[in-house]
Amino acid sequence: MEEIYAKFVSQKISKTRWRPVPSGSLQTAETFATGSWDNEENCVSLWSIGDFGNLDPDGGFEGDHQLLCDIRHHGDVMDLQFFDQERIVAASSTGCVTVFLHHPNNQTLSVHQQWPAAHHHSGPGSPSYSRAPCTGIVCDNPEIVTVGEDGRINLFRVDHKEAVRTIDNADSSTLHAVTFLRTPEIVTVNSIGQLKIWDFRQQGSEPCQILSLTGDRVPLHCVDRHPNQQHVVATGGQDGMLSIWDVRQGTMPVSLLKAHEAEMWEVHFHPSNPEHLFTCSEDGSLWHWDASTNGPEKSSLFHQGGRSTFLSHSISNQASVHQSLISSWLSTDPAKDRIEITSLLPSRTLSVNSLDVLGPCLVCGTDAEAIYVTRQLFS
Amino acid sequence: MEELDCEPAVTWIPGVNSKRKQMCFDWGPGEMLLCETSFNKKDASEKVPSCPFIYIIRKDVDVYSKILRKLFNESHGIFIGLQRIEEELTGKSRKAQLVRVSKNYRSVIRACMEEMHQVAIAAKDPAIGRQFSSQVSILSAMELIWNLCEILFIEVAPAGPLLLHLLDWVRLHVCEVDSLSADVLGSENPSKHESFWNLVTVLVLQGRLDEARQMLSKEADANPSCASMCRILGDLMRTMPILSPGNTQTLTELELKWQHWREECERHLQDSTFAASPRLESLCKIMLGDEATLLEHKELLSNWYHFLVTRLLYSNPTVKPIDLHFYAQSSLDMFLGGESSPEPLDNILMAAFEFDIHQVIKECSIALSNWWFVAHLTDLLDHCRLLQSHNLYFGSNMREFLLLEYASGLFAHHSLWQLGVDYFDYCPELGRVSLELHIERIPLNTEQKALKVLRICEQRQMTEQVRSICKILAMKAVRNNRLGSALSWSIRAKDAAFATLVSDRFLRDYCERGCFSDLDLIDNLGPAMMLSDRLTFLGKYREFHRLYGEKRFGDAASLLLSLMTSQIAPRSFWMTLLTDALPLLEQKQVIFSSEQTYELMRCLEHLASARTGCGEPDAQRLQDDDVETTKVEMLRLALARNLARAIIREGSLEGS
Repeated sequence: MEEIYAKFVSQKISKTRWRPVPSGSLQTAETFATGSWDNEENCVSLWSIGDFGNLDPDGGFEGDHQLLCDIRHHGDVMDLQFFDQERIVAASSTGCVTVFLHHPNNQTLSVHQQWPAAHHHSGPGSPSYSRAPCTGIVCDNPEIVTVGEDGRINLFRVDHKEAVRTIDNADSSTLHAVTFLRTPEIVTVNSIGQLKIWDFRQQGSEPCQILSLTGDRVPLHCVDRHPNQQHVVATGGQDGMLSIWDVRQGTMPVSLLKAHEAEMWEVHFHPSNPEHLFTCSEDGSLWHWDASTNGPEKSSLFHQGGRSTFLSHSISNQASVHQSLISSWLSTDPAKDRIEITSLLPSRTLSVNSLDVLGPCLVCGTDAEAIYVTRQLFS
Repeated sequence: MEELDCEPAVTWIPGVNSKRKQMCFDWGPGEMLLCETSFNKKDASEKVPSCPFIYIIRKDVDVYSKILRKLFNESHGIFIGLQRIEEELTGKSRKAQLVRVSKNYRSVIRACMEEMHQVAIAAKDPAIGRQFSSQVSILSAMELIWNLCEILFIEVAPAGPLLLHLLDWVRLHVCEVDSLSADVLGSENPSKHESFWNLVTVLVLQGRLDEARQMLSKEADANPSCASMCRILGDLMRTMPILSPGNTQTLTELELKWQHWREECERHLQDSTFAASPRLESLCKIMLGDEATLLEHKELLSNWYHFLVTRLLYSNPTVKPIDLHFYAQSSLDMFLGGESSPEPLDNILMAAFEFDIHQVIKECSIALSNWWFVAHLTDLLDHCRLLQSHNLYFGSNMREFLLLEYASGLFAHHSLWQLGVDYFDYCPELGRVSLELHIERIPLNTEQKALKVLRICEQRQMTEQVRSICKILAMKAVRNNRLGSALSWSIRAKDAAFATLVSDRFLRDYCERGCFSDLDLIDNLGPAMMLSDRLTFLGKYREFHRLYGEKRFGDAASLLLSLMTSQIAPRSFWMTLLTDALPLLEQKQVIFSSEQTYELMRCLEHLASARTGCGEPDAQRLQDDDVETTKVEMLRLALARNLARAIIREGSLEGS
């Protein structure tokens, strides 16, 4: 049984993100950031899940996360991403994009860089500009890409005061989320069920590819890319459906999986164990999708670094298992049935707005003002 | 109207002088606006400077406490769980469930109380510290009342177990003894500690006889002269018959044994066994339930309900629930001794002992500063089927009335409104209308928030509200010149009129700029295109452009014509459409057949005759007319030429 710790924090949580661990280190996740929304005063906070387990073998305070520091954030936190170990980028409902810097010595946060009107409307009704919420961010050091309700895409460099590239009116409807496909290429999803691929090497304001759901135009709210297979993309929609896309072929999703009963707010492949996928929804549920088969190779720790060795091994005895490992998310045969779904939260109440996974740890935040953390995802 | 239960409290607003100026106010949901008027109170003509502020007065201040927010959020989950308890569950399992729910609520109160206590201690400003401390005492009173209600109304403990529950209740809430015990036992020589005898007495008063016995043995070790007395008293403590949960003995057996034990205690007292030690004698008297002796220890009892429980423990351990109120009243009277009058908490507890649930809820509503407590307690008691007969002379029943009050308070809060929704859901009579009224007043600053509100409305089939929210968003998008967004929202709201308006904007922009914006949306309208005629036209007109762009001239031409002949295209747009036909007419090959050309000509003449027949001319008009006339002439020429070519072609095709 996975143990999940809940903590009520007196603010509605819109985003939760693990701080990345230095690559190559054996450290596990221990710090995460949260952003709040719809409070009179919103803030970005850093929390530590600490290692109290060593001090207290009875498990008294084990897993209870403690606040490290916080800083006021103007407007709702619409998205939050770690830029690197110390820097966090936050998107605001005021259209502002802020980079916060964490000082571990005295445990404080400060504003490192800010683009105050990164997203804004410029209509005839508004002579100057009225601010438009920034809805999504993705970082790839040193670049930051933001999208917003104004249908604009901005490309920032963390040390440049001005945007490096702006695509005005990139989308006629609201852009809900963005992620990198391959470095100069990004994927955006919008409120009329389209998935667009943009290449920053190309000039002009046209996407290089548009994929869309069939006629229903169901808004897509989140997008994530498979960590190893860069053409595999997962999106979540307003009707709670999980769609898996292969951007190399076709303009329609490869598979549509009935999932939640309301908006799917986030979808994440497990970064090092991509046979596992996590989704959360407005209906208050948090799901773990397990597409790994029940074979002996269930543990795919090897599968990231040493695929070739693993390949020869599995061909020798269980070729079919391996086949499912390579493309289990794309398979259109009845292998779908092999996806095992577990609900991670004990009782569902209000919306689960955000989740993040790193190693064996998962954190999620809800409108019921609780943060849930588990450190034994795969036990 | 019923008479008032108590005088309403007066709230002073700093800066507003109600003696000099008249005030005015307006009610809002959960809040009130108040300001001074410019009218003087008396007809004095002196100029009094008036207060320049408008005040917002909040009724439910507790909603704004950061720590209490945790209480609201956590109890919301318990509340939902309680509403889902299967109605079919009956008897024991149902009762066990309800008791568990009650305990969950209490543990949330306790957690909140503990956190509040920590904050109170840590507060640097003594005033703030006091404020938190008073909150702690309010929470602790809540928990005390809730616990008693749980024992009496939910657990419905019968004679025998009832007293055990009450003992636990007192032990839980008069808990100074634990720190005292730790203090004494931690000292070098416990029996010489200054509080040693206080500790022993408190332990006896709380019926913790095993611990008291251990204390006495320490005294016996330290003071051999009274060792035998201690042993005798210790034996009495050990042999006191008590009801234990696992024991199968009947109440009568217990009463009999207890009577024997009591006689033995009395005999020791009469024989003056403990005469040498007044302290031990006093302990013995306590164990006989001697009221005078008990009252000597008022300080250690600290309150009348502790006195009540101790008195019952040693004089009537198998007290029946119905007799409880009699003992409670006399204990209260004895304990206060006419020196002070009962406080609100005393009245609430007394009402509970009288099993008067409504009185408990009423007193709590008056005494406590928020609706959380009464709303949740009443709801729980209602699930115990204790309140069904009671209807108020206003609104629906009491449970619903209190839940509505609480939920409205939540809706007044900037971010707790989401919790309120579920409470309204479980108010069968007025919940729905209340939700409808409240949900429309949620400010929608981002689309994401709007989506959450929409989801709430859609789940409850509140079509009117869905429409209005979508319309607000569409309107906002239009104002921001986001036509694509505006169209999406009006499609979602199925708002044909607004879709027409947005489509017109698209067409106007096209006429001005000569190209379409937001193609990604218009090209993907799908069945949504049928929402309004204008939208259909927009979609089809764009399709014409696409066909034209793909050089599928034949298809493009017949689509263009059908747009006019089927009357989908607005009359004002016909000239544009005809102008669009020009390049098709001028193509090398013949595209419009003679039949089609006649149709086009008819359209053109319709338009031309309609123009000449209306309005008086002015300078601008004349100039426009000039341009228009040139266009018409050009079209006529092109049409005539096309007709000629078409006739020739059709004729020669037939001939060959």
